[in-house]
Amino acid sequence: MATIVQAQPTSAAILRRRKFIRKGIASTLKYLILSLTASMFIIPFIWLLITSLKVTDQVFTDPPIWIPNPIAWVNYTNALLSPAFPFLNLMKNTLFYVLSTTLGTLVSSALVAYGFSRIRFQGRDFLFAVTLSTMMMPGIVTLIPTYVLFKTIGWVGSYAPLVVPSFFGAAFNIFLLRQFMITVPYELTDAALVDGANHFDILWRIMIPLVKPAFLVIGVMNVMWVWNDFMGPLIYLSDQKMYPLVMGLSAFQTQHSIIWNQLMAASLATCFPLIVLFFIAQRYFIEGITLTGLKGV
Amino acid sequence: MTVVQAISKITMPRLSRQARDNLTGYLFVLPWILSLLVFTAYPMIASIYFSMTRYNVLNPPQWIGLANFNEMFRVDPLYWTSVSNTAYYVFFAVPLGLAFGLVLALLLNQNVKGIGFFRTVFYLPGLVPAVASTLLWMLLLNPQLGLVNQLLGVLGIGKLGWLGSPTWSKPGLILMSLWGGTGGTMLIFLAGLKEIPQSLIEAAMMDGANAWQRFWVITIPMISTTIFFNLVMGIIGSFQVFASAYVAAGNGAGPLNTLLMYMLLLYRNAFRYFNMGYAAAMALVLFVVLVILTLVMVRFSRNWVHFEDANR
Repeated sequence: MATIVQAQPTSAAILRRRKFIRKGIASTLKYLILSLTASMFIIPFIWLLITSLKVTDQVFTDPPIWIPNPIAWVNYTNALLSPAFPFLNLMKNTLFYVLSTTLGTLVSSALVAYGFSRIRFQGRDFLFAVTLSTMMMPGIVTLIPTYVLFKTIGWVGSYAPLVVPSFFGAAFNIFLLRQFMITVPYELTDAALVDGANHFDILWRIMIPLVKPAFLVIGVMNVMWVWNDFMGPLIYLSDQKMYPLVMGLSAFQTQHSIIWNQLMAASLATCFPLIVLFFIAQRYFIEGITLTGLKGV
Repeated sequence: MTVVQAISKITMPRLSRQARDNLTGYLFVLPWILSLLVFTAYPMIASIYFSMTRYNVLNPPQWIGLANFNEMFRVDPLYWTSVSNTAYYVFFAVPLGLAFGLVLALLLNQNVKGIGFFRTVFYLPGLVPAVASTLLWMLLLNPQLGLVNQLLGVLGIGKLGWLGSPTWSKPGLILMSLWGGTGGTMLIFLAGLKEIPQSLIEAAMMDGANAWQRFWVITIPMISTTIFFNLVMGIIGSFQVFASAYVAAGNGAGPLNTLLMYMLLLYRNAFRYFNMGYAAAMALVLFVVLVILTLVMVRFSRNWVHFEDANR
């Protein structure tokens, strides 16, 4: 009896098995597409690494060489120690540019966001509406007059035009921090006020610890933007000794009629610190991108 | 009562609570008010003035009325070249980026194992500075022995000229933008997809809706704000594409000026020829076009974007 039942499975069982097979096909297809796309994204990276380790006559070959032989570590010493790409100096400039603007944007955005979220001053809502409206505004229109302004006061050729504005706040960062700060209960800050704390104490001891994740998101996003900023330094800096990494890389390319293996070594060195930071603070990078998307409009 | 408090009570007139709040409030937001005035309001007004002058930074600006706009629209052939190049770039890069980003996000949203790995892989190119990624792609897109052409050769497609060819230079640039930008778009979509209540999807499944129907009836309307946001930001960003075109064109404008993007022409006029008035006029026109485009999109979006509620 039992064998007969097994030999003739019920229609429900057939359906279940079909569904199982269909699910199997769907999931295989899903992973196939994902892996295929993932390899399209990752192969350029691998090629960057491989090329940076090749001797010159292995860079362009038919068929392509996937395993450099010998492994030419010398490309890195050649590129990073060459006077055309003074890596340590470029790195020092980048770190200065990145850290000073990050400090500026964190301090100023915290102060302004606190004012918008905790103090009921007249005209606050109007000012906040103005802030929101500048958030989506294309920055292009301010480029020329801002340059003229900095030229007039003699700041062009220095880092001042690139760094000083960050100490006066940025619309999006203010908005983001304010959104987090208004979620902090008033009881908490009012109690501190009654106990005689001033607003700076409250900002520093209560608010900032409570909105730390938002703070880190802003910091990490600023590091990323400024690390990769090309147009700002291109417009405002003229002395090669002051160049940040991306500018140094661009200059390296134009001066040396493209020595690909060294150029790739220099490119990798330019983005390597940021990639390391990404793996350390991945959560904040991803949150940052996501918040930019969801908290906008 | 301490001495200090006692003194301050005598010397300072007592302020009402509102006056005190006004004072502290404005002190806290003071940096931002200055920034709005100096780095936003002044430049916006000044750019209208500069656009009607001839100005090389060294000599004082000279009023020439609408001559810059006349030059731009009627005389300078490079202006329209840059407009059509940029339009081409935006027209392909933005929709393709949105579509790829959405597809990847949909795939990753289905309880995939190793989602963290895939997410990292797709996002990683977004960390590479435009200068470095453009150099990398110049290597990959080498017309003779680049990896991309060798791959196309395996697939039986002939070698393409890419950045050296007038026909293929812009597709090359778009390819670069997809590699670098899709990951970020995907992350935003993924966050939007995670916000869709599971109960809604289950209810639709109970009613017998298949995956295709669920996608069009639930997923798309539920993430319409995200799509809209990505669209607006994508258009604003792509119209201002600069670094990749600057590097790929190697101090030039690409074969037959095909990589001469709007911002590249603007940059040249401003900082190579010091033709500030003309550059300011170009910037103003782009600004007005982008604002109009954004407003039009907001207007039309009311038909298809489903905002959840006003105070998000």
